[in-house]
Amino acid sequence: MIETVVSASMLIGEVMRVKKNHLSPDFPSGKEKRLSIVSGLHGDEVSGQYICYEVIRRIKKDFDKLTGIVDVYPFINPMGLEAQNRYVPVFDTDLNTLFPGSTEGTVGEYTAALVLKDIVGSDICVDIHASSVYMKELPQVRVNSDVAEDITPYAVKMNTDVIWVHPSSSVMAGSLAYSLNEVGVKTMIVESGVALKIDYEYANQIVEGLFSLMEFMGIWKGTVNATHIPKIAEDKNVAYINAESSGIFVPAVKHSEMIKKGDILGYIVNVLTGSVEETILAPRSGMIVSLREYPVIEEGSLVARIFGGANE
Amino acid sequence: MNKEIIYSMNTAYRGEYIIQGYSFGSGDKAACIVGAMRGNEFQQLYICSLISKKLNELENRGAIVSGKQILLIPSLNYSSFNVGKKYWITDNSDINRSFPGNPEGQATSRIAAAVMEKVSGYSYGIQFASFYMEGIFIPHIRMIETGKQSNSLANQFGLPYVLTSKPRAYDTSTLNYNWQMSGTEAFSVYSKYTDRIDEESASQAVSSVLRFLTRMGIIRYNCHAGFISTILDEEELLNIKSDKSGGFFRRLVNPGDEVVRGDVIAHIVNPMTGENVSEIYAPTDGIIFFCQDTPMIYQNSVLFKMIRRLHN
Repeated sequence: MIETVVSASMLIGEVMRVKKNHLSPDFPSGKEKRLSIVSGLHGDEVSGQYICYEVIRRIKKDFDKLTGIVDVYPFINPMGLEAQNRYVPVFDTDLNTLFPGSTEGTVGEYTAALVLKDIVGSDICVDIHASSVYMKELPQVRVNSDVAEDITPYAVKMNTDVIWVHPSSSVMAGSLAYSLNEVGVKTMIVESGVALKIDYEYANQIVEGLFSLMEFMGIWKGTVNATHIPKIAEDKNVAYINAESSGIFVPAVKHSEMIKKGDILGYIVNVLTGSVEETILAPRSGMIVSLREYPVIEEGSLVARIFGGANE
Repeated sequence: MNKEIIYSMNTAYRGEYIIQGYSFGSGDKAACIVGAMRGNEFQQLYICSLISKKLNELENRGAIVSGKQILLIPSLNYSSFNVGKKYWITDNSDINRSFPGNPEGQATSRIAAAVMEKVSGYSYGIQFASFYMEGIFIPHIRMIETGKQSNSLANQFGLPYVLTSKPRAYDTSTLNYNWQMSGTEAFSVYSKYTDRIDEESASQAVSSVLRFLTRMGIIRYNCHAGFISTILDEEELLNIKSDKSGGFFRRLVNPGDEVVRGDVIAHIVNPMTGENVSEIYAPTDGIIFFCQDTPMIYQNSVLFKMIRRLHN
């Protein structure tokens, strides 16, 4: 059943509507577990659009296998998705910093407040992201260390390669995930691929994860094909590699490749002089879980993240 | 006036990017003034240019108190002005959401860290900030309630109002908040406009800063005593919204205007038919503190913020 969660008139002739597909067994007992799947908070992250489509399609195909409630919110920032804008158009504000929101606020805060209110009551929420235009990410679940103990049993079902437990101090207090966890809805963030594109292999991997999660929650009796067992990473297991010069990044490795400490990750080159400004070496052995996608960089730009042991 | 480099970095195409600071007088770190961090803060930058000229004149005639030093950083973000963007040129991040910063992080985080290091240790910190909503304000001093803020000191600027606000989720990454946490008495000065120059309110902002510096014993300058500020809690301001519809916003009142309950203060006009689709009434007696300044508005936008039951 399609429901409108937020509705507001735009400037001229259009209405912004945030909608959800409420999927529930035909004869619910009222005691069903509820999973909320959220996507499109950032208008440039489109992977979740396909993931939502595929989840809904498969549930509808085997509807008698659904024994709980799945609420799918594919587009929290519909105008951003239309306008290829990560943020809330016109206000240029990151919607994922405005939670818990306010019905007294601007369109972004108003949307945040009503979306949050609608999701509250779910047992689990999965907030699907797709990195940014700058970095390509291996499928991963991100959870806040404060709630990691409660969420990890669910997160391992998500069929990702990595679960990254963030220290709570680094988690944005204005994010949907933070606000939901504050009010007792176990929420995890899924990241994969790169913005403005759909990596169908990664997206299907996450779709399988969502069905595996539904099975674990006891709300899905259909087919489940999850095959990945995630490694659990804490911050100390992840090395950030930032550029120390500006120019164009030319990678010497492939995304998700295993590398050794001292291997060349790539070069920063000067396009005018034809010279190499910097050779970037791996500070530790491990797997490249994030790799620079947008090649124009400046001092400080993140080039890669390596998941491996602690600093050697 | 001494020119100093606050931060420098190489860029791929723009050459060396250098943030300049200007110091006046010598000795104790008495006051630090920071201007535009976003590429639309023209008024903030303009005010800094006027302060720079004035402080230079005062220094030349020996009117900066001996043993006191003032640092002025007119802008942290020249590039966004130059390309017509609000946020950082390469990744759209907001410098005023990057504090306290990380010297090994991404560019805006590095800038924040370098600036934080330079501006720490000053007794007083003054920032010309802009609000996340675009509109017109009654000029005021805004203080985040960190527990360390001093309303009585804010009064020394002699602006009509001092507004205190509870920290929002994102406030902890602003300069003002981190300045206060590091022991500096920090004040955000809000002028009337942001993205356009308004001579009258710019001049008022300059006078308020010179008045404050005089009262704190940092400069010798004779000026009008200004206002005894009315202190307001942001939560006491009444939000007046376009709750029925969006459309053309025909505003009938300005910030500072006194209104009576039931006054029509704006019309919302259907852009296709030219008909009034809703009238906005003053819900109580009071003074308009903030108003939207856009030709058109969304439904559920905050159009006005009003001080209840106060008379001019």
